[in-house]
Amino acid sequence: MGAGKLGKMLEDGEIIFRQGDVGDSMYVIQEGQVEVFVERQGTEVRLRLLGEGETVGEMAIFARETRSASVRALGRVRVLTLDKKTFLTRVQQDPSLAFRILETMSRRIRELSDEVVRLRSEN
Amino acid sequence: MIHRQKDSPVLGLDSGSRVAVLGGGPAGSFFSYFLIEIARRVGIDLRVDVYESRDFSRPGPTGCNMCGGIVSESLVQTLAAEGINLPPTVVQRGIDSYRLHMDVGSVRIETPLNEMRIAAVHRGSGPRDVQSTKWTSFDGYLQTLVLNNGAHLVRGRVDSVDFKRGRPEITVRGGSSQDYDLLAVAAGVNSGTSKLFETLGLGYRFPNTTKAFISEYYLGEESISRALGSSMHVFLLDIPRLEFAAIIPKGDYVTICLLGKDIDKSLVKSFLDSSEVKQCLPRSWRSDHSSCNCWPSMNVRGAVGPFADRVVFIGDCGVTRLYKDGIGAAYRTAKAAATTAVLWGVSASSFREHFWPICRSIGRDNTLGRLSFGAVRTIRKARFARRAILRMSTIEQQGAPRLRYMSMALWDMFTGSAPYKDIFIRGLSPRFIGRFLWNMLVSSFPLDGSNSERRL
Repeated sequence: MGAGKLGKMLEDGEIIFRQGDVGDSMYVIQEGQVEVFVERQGTEVRLRLLGEGETVGEMAIFARETRSASVRALGRVRVLTLDKKTFLTRVQQDPSLAFRILETMSRRIRELSDEVVRLRSEN
Repeated sequence: MIHRQKDSPVLGLDSGSRVAVLGGGPAGSFFSYFLIEIARRVGIDLRVDVYESRDFSRPGPTGCNMCGGIVSESLVQTLAAEGINLPPTVVQRGIDSYRLHMDVGSVRIETPLNEMRIAAVHRGSGPRDVQSTKWTSFDGYLQTLVLNNGAHLVRGRVDSVDFKRGRPEITVRGGSSQDYDLLAVAAGVNSGTSKLFETLGLGYRFPNTTKAFISEYYLGEESISRALGSSMHVFLLDIPRLEFAAIIPKGDYVTICLLGKDIDKSLVKSFLDSSEVKQCLPRSWRSDHSSCNCWPSMNVRGAVGPFADRVVFIGDCGVTRLYKDGIGAAYRTAKAAATTAVLWGVSASSFREHFWPICRSIGRDNTLGRLSFGAVRTIRKARFARRAILRMSTIEQQGAPRLRYMSMALWDMFTGSAPYKDIFIRGLSPRFIGRFLWNMLVSSFPLDGSNSERRL
């Protein structure tokens, strides 16, 4: 990893977290692309690709549930870890810090709604 | 003539309101950035003028804000959550650990998650003899972010600030006067600008300051990687008046930063000539071959009255953290001021209710910081206590992360990653005190009778 890079480097195919893990952090992608997928009956279903500047694993920050999907690096990826305790402490001091994550979550809910509509229309 | 309006809750910002920001360093840029962002969220379109005479693309003092250049672990994370990810062109080196040097030995303490979580940056474009253009200025990066977000840069030296009909008015040397609905002062403590406000009858009193020393040495990227790695090197040496000393590796340079009471040339010489410093730098390093050095003032006790109707003081010229994480404090005060201005108004009462609590909490935390640094001062003078710190930290580094009491206290103290209150409370826990006392006891009576502290 170059001297001026923040976070940690992951190699192609390396798993950032697995579906079913107990999550205590989220990640901000600094460089590269990751794949979010779920495993169902032995097969992988890709949910989305995420790139630079996007967050992944934020549901673990707010919900006390295990990870709903797995995430792995597509090529070399650099991520910065935001640990739950530090982040929630900051959010308590400044609730607007959660605004960007709420924006991301809203966008993803909208995308999922569109997907549901598309699938129902097809059926 | 100043016509101050009485506290009025109706003073606010609307679409078309004009805001001036004096100073384009981190505090000014964070304020402008969040002011525009928050205003957009509530549907307000503001005109924001940032007054900054320095050009951050120029090397040397003319483009530099004179600071050690560390973006703390907590601020790196917070900015990432805000969508501000520092690019590798700005981060001169990612820091994943620090090495504590004492006369009794040294210990490497790693970041809790084993990743590069602290950013070493140049505030300007680097020292005066900089040749490489691989990296850019941290302040310049933030300024570009703000200008891309819609703020306007006014490049000129502010000649005077006045109040006409209760509204701040700014005159730039050789230019016309502009009046504003709000003035955010982010002029730091190293220019005369902030001091001008003491005479304006706003109730503002300039912060108490002390001198720091910052020096840059060219060593080359490879040489720095070999000698210092990705660690910040901090020193706990028994040198009178020296509170904190660090060597920060950057791209092609190392920054030496000394903080304390009345830092002067003799103190700097004592530090640079110490064997601990010489051991951690390459043999080719010469203390008299610096590329750039400065003696900036730093805020050690916050300003009195950092707000009035239509005026707010943020960053170093207002209230900041003692010795550490000044950029983090600039972020907090700037965002609190911006949020207050958009959502609650620009009257003194609005700032008192929504901005002042943030300043007050930083100020109270600094009181505990003074006590913590007092404890460090005592430890610095007691060799057995230094041995105990070395022993305890070294053993902790080999064990589970959750049991690193001393390491984490030192990490947070030296990197500015946690409030002093947190460190202070952890320092009072029976487990911390018990372990420290035990280590002091063991360190005081070496079983083999030798005096080799490195053997623990």
